[in-house]
Amino acid sequence: MASRRISGVISRSLSLRPLSSSIVSQGNRSSLVHRFTTAAALEEPITPSVRVHDTQLLINGKFVDSASGKTFPTLDPRTGEVIANVAEGDAEDIDRAVAAARKAFDEGPWPKMTAYERSRILLRFADLVDQHNDDLAALETWDNGKPYLQSAETEVPMFSRLFRYYAGWADKIHGLTVPADGPYHVQTLHEPIGVAGQIIPWNFPLLMFAWKVGPALATGNTIVLKTAEQTPLTALYAARLLHEAGLPPGVLNVVSGYGPTAGAALAGHMDVDKIAFTGSTDTGKIVHELAAKSNLKPATLELGGKSPFIVCEDADIDKAVEQAHFALFFNQGQCCCAGSRTFVHERVYDEFLEKAKARAQSRSVGDPFQKGIEQGPQIDSEQYEKILRYIKSGIESNATLECGGDKVGSKGYYIQPTVFSNVKDDMLIAQDEIFGPVQSILKFKELPEVIKRANTTRYGLAAGVFTQNIDVANTLSRALRAGTVWVNCFDVFDAAIPFGGYKMSGIGREKGVYSLNNYLQVKAVVTSLKNPAWL
Amino acid sequence: MATPRISGIISRSLSLSAAIVLVESNINNYLAGNISSLRTAAAALKNPITPPVRINHTQLLINGKFVDSVSGKTFPTLDPRTGQVIANVAEGDAEDINRAVAAARKAFDEGPWPKMTAHERSRVLLRFADLVDKHIDELAALETWNNGKPYEHAAKIDVPGVARLFRYYAGWADKIHGLTVPADGPYNVQTLHEPIGVAGQIIPWNFPLAMLAWKIAPAIVTGNTVVLKPAEQTPLTALYAAKLLHEAGLPPGVLNIVPGYGPTAGAALASHMDVDKIAFTGSTDTGKIVQELAAKSNLKPVTLELGGKSPFIVFEDANIDMAVEQAHMALFFNQGQCCAAGSRTFIHEHVYDEFLEKAKARAQRCTVGDPFQKGIEQGPQIDTEQFEKILRYIRSGIESNATLECGGDRIGSQGYYIQPTVFSNVKDDMLIAQDEIFGPVQTILKFKDVDEVIKRANTTRYGLAAGVFTKNIDTANTLTRALRVGTVWVNCYYVFDVTIPFGGYKMSGYGREKGIYNLHHYLQVKAVVTPLENPAWL
Repeated sequence: MASRRISGVISRSLSLRPLSSSIVSQGNRSSLVHRFTTAAALEEPITPSVRVHDTQLLINGKFVDSASGKTFPTLDPRTGEVIANVAEGDAEDIDRAVAAARKAFDEGPWPKMTAYERSRILLRFADLVDQHNDDLAALETWDNGKPYLQSAETEVPMFSRLFRYYAGWADKIHGLTVPADGPYHVQTLHEPIGVAGQIIPWNFPLLMFAWKVGPALATGNTIVLKTAEQTPLTALYAARLLHEAGLPPGVLNVVSGYGPTAGAALAGHMDVDKIAFTGSTDTGKIVHELAAKSNLKPATLELGGKSPFIVCEDADIDKAVEQAHFALFFNQGQCCCAGSRTFVHERVYDEFLEKAKARAQSRSVGDPFQKGIEQGPQIDSEQYEKILRYIKSGIESNATLECGGDKVGSKGYYIQPTVFSNVKDDMLIAQDEIFGPVQSILKFKELPEVIKRANTTRYGLAAGVFTQNIDVANTLSRALRAGTVWVNCFDVFDAAIPFGGYKMSGIGREKGVYSLNNYLQVKAVVTSLKNPAWL
Repeated sequence: MATPRISGIISRSLSLSAAIVLVESNINNYLAGNISSLRTAAAALKNPITPPVRINHTQLLINGKFVDSVSGKTFPTLDPRTGQVIANVAEGDAEDINRAVAAARKAFDEGPWPKMTAHERSRVLLRFADLVDKHIDELAALETWNNGKPYEHAAKIDVPGVARLFRYYAGWADKIHGLTVPADGPYNVQTLHEPIGVAGQIIPWNFPLAMLAWKIAPAIVTGNTVVLKPAEQTPLTALYAAKLLHEAGLPPGVLNIVPGYGPTAGAALASHMDVDKIAFTGSTDTGKIVQELAAKSNLKPVTLELGGKSPFIVFEDANIDMAVEQAHMALFFNQGQCCAAGSRTFIHEHVYDEFLEKAKARAQRCTVGDPFQKGIEQGPQIDTEQFEKILRYIRSGIESNATLECGGDRIGSQGYYIQPTVFSNVKDDMLIAQDEIFGPVQTILKFKDVDEVIKRANTTRYGLAAGVFTKNIDTANTLTRALRVGTVWVNCYYVFDVTIPFGGYKMSGYGREKGIYNLHHYLQVKAVVTPLENPAWL
């Protein structure tokens, strides 16, 4: 996962001519002023300008209670207080949702409609998303804690962008005709795979919805989506809009709930034909095992990362500092592709460190609904505690704490932007995915060394490379075992760019043309020919 | 898996103008076989023909050298005609897998294989294909000796299929294109399609050489290195072929072969932390274990080609004689040991009686005997375990009141020969209509209309292949879309050209082998994004 195009837009507005969101870049500047005044504002959170409508499960086109009648609270990360109680789906609800999706797939109308009709629904939905931009953004920020401007200017617009992108694919799913060695007519049909189970995380609730739902629907599949228990609200809102746009009942079912109950039931379901999961590597392994133990449904997995961000001595240091900061701190550091190992060449290390520290110290932390805020609270108490433990571990292992290192305020889950220098490869903070605002800066001497160190990780999601030298850029682009290499940029997430991991960062690619085959079966059709005019 | 292109050739020569004279003469031999009854064939089983080949390679092949296993242990590989030992083969275990993976790792990480040009890699594959052609007789004899399949099949189908497939993939080597990708802003975006690294591959015993080719060729042509575990029943031709690949110029460590058992060597490979990809062909139950081991270890991506219970559907307007012959071939080819076997023969009620009578006659004409004998269509089953299992399924068919039309018993007292067996009046809920029997047992079912047969054909956990026989284009098109399977053969069966993707829906596995579709299983996609200064266009 990680930031979509929006983050790309943010990074662009920082380092290049602003493309769309001048507000965001203004926000970054005003933040310099806000840095030390925000903590006081945390005590009185701003009231979000949106009402919560949808808290039930969405099954077969209807909002319904869970079979058990149980609910769970979804919390405001700014305060830890309850936003709403949401119907808690469990195995029985997954069964109901799968049955609805099965029927909508097997009997139609979804896969029996023309691709053009399906694309029209996705396009209408994108228009509705644009219309409801502010509500969706407010709900996203409320439930997740990310800066409102990031939601409103980047993520929700990217959400409709992605659906328009996939709408365009619907009528462009081509099979092949295939040359044979004899008198046979051979063609391949690229068919929908059936009922897709999809499990999404809490760090980009809407964008992860789009990455999963967009390609699955465009290719004629039906879906049971389990949202993260931390952030169920925007998926329900968006799913309602999809039905307003004309999606037939049963095509998209949304079940809020927990991983070990609803998630496991979905991954282990015998009537689910495909599973896609975004989340931690440990949970990804469980999902893959459940798929193996049940009906061998194919799995796509987008998992953790510990992505290197490599600054060579000839790089534009100011740009590298800003991008490295952004690569790590964006979205409160809650991105799987976060540039969380900042490797800096020894000749520019001191300069980089000084500037990176200054940049982190100028980062404005506060109520994400406040204008100009760059960093909101972490998602929940569990993540918050985990991040603070990693900070302690960094200190105990003798990394140098350059700034930050503590919580902000006494309410909610705010953490100071934290920078460690003198980080060594064998420290826990250089090995584990922290998923928080903690930048680890490491020193390197030469290219083969940094390639080796960058690749010495079980992860392989992404990498950043900063250099003006084309040979260095080309060498690193090939040598790094990662699914995305950003050269002199980071977190550029356009709809057309495939995203996914090498090694234990996962299997498969999302976005772009590559995402389509996750939701398509290939059927070879061979027919004998009588007296063919050609072979 | 199932038969490579060769079986396609057989089916073609039966139903169409035969392109290949050799195979046609083959078929004439089959017809001649009508005369030799099962009894006369059985008599010949007592004195098996001595295979015209010597066994040179029985050790593990690691880092370009034949070596003993670390434990020094060996296991016997048996002749299915007699159950007697052909040779003792080094038995690989976890420690040997470690050595093989280390060699493959080094050959990948340090080269030369992925650092060579694609053209150089393709030249190695092409030279190998030429060597296979040169050694066709030895390879075919060894394949038949170890597996029991008719020598004529091995020599005219299986082995030429290996050369054909390697030449096909050699042609892909320098055609692995990435994309340049449109961006929403001033960025140059490209994708690199990179080799995935060290591939673990586990292959079955029913088509030892063809399965080796399906697995190895796409992996090495895309710059990967390989550790391959052949089936414990049939380790010999893999070692022979691997030696030829080294003669063709394959650098040491690029292909390592570790004969051994699934729970030891196979499990070690599937769960190895330094293996970047695993591909498996075999049973669905084992496939599940392979995926679990991959999940529990390092989440290596998996491709699985597993079991099947493929429907073969004959409509009332079909050419019945052709359908009978193709349905026979679809089931009995390779002693019935094909995952794509047409093992549920659905016949429209209006043509059921005619079809049944002819299918039974055809099965009775099928010549069973020493696979080295000319004109033999069916050799022994692979081993005692499969042999016993098939006989148990035959008993189950009888007990569940299917009608045994012919066959039903073993042949002779030596080796694993089974009579071509036909059941009629088979019902969907019988075990013989649900489980993969993997033997010469045809089960014939009756149907009334299109919707009904679609539903029944799809009511299975498998989804590997299907055959459809009809003259009606609407029926053909309807079935083609409605059947939830990876291959639909219309008025043909077992056409296995290298370009045609093969693989399963549902619990028949995932991923596709052969053709262009196989390449991406051995490629990682890397997006590379660079900002543009003052771009001329976007």
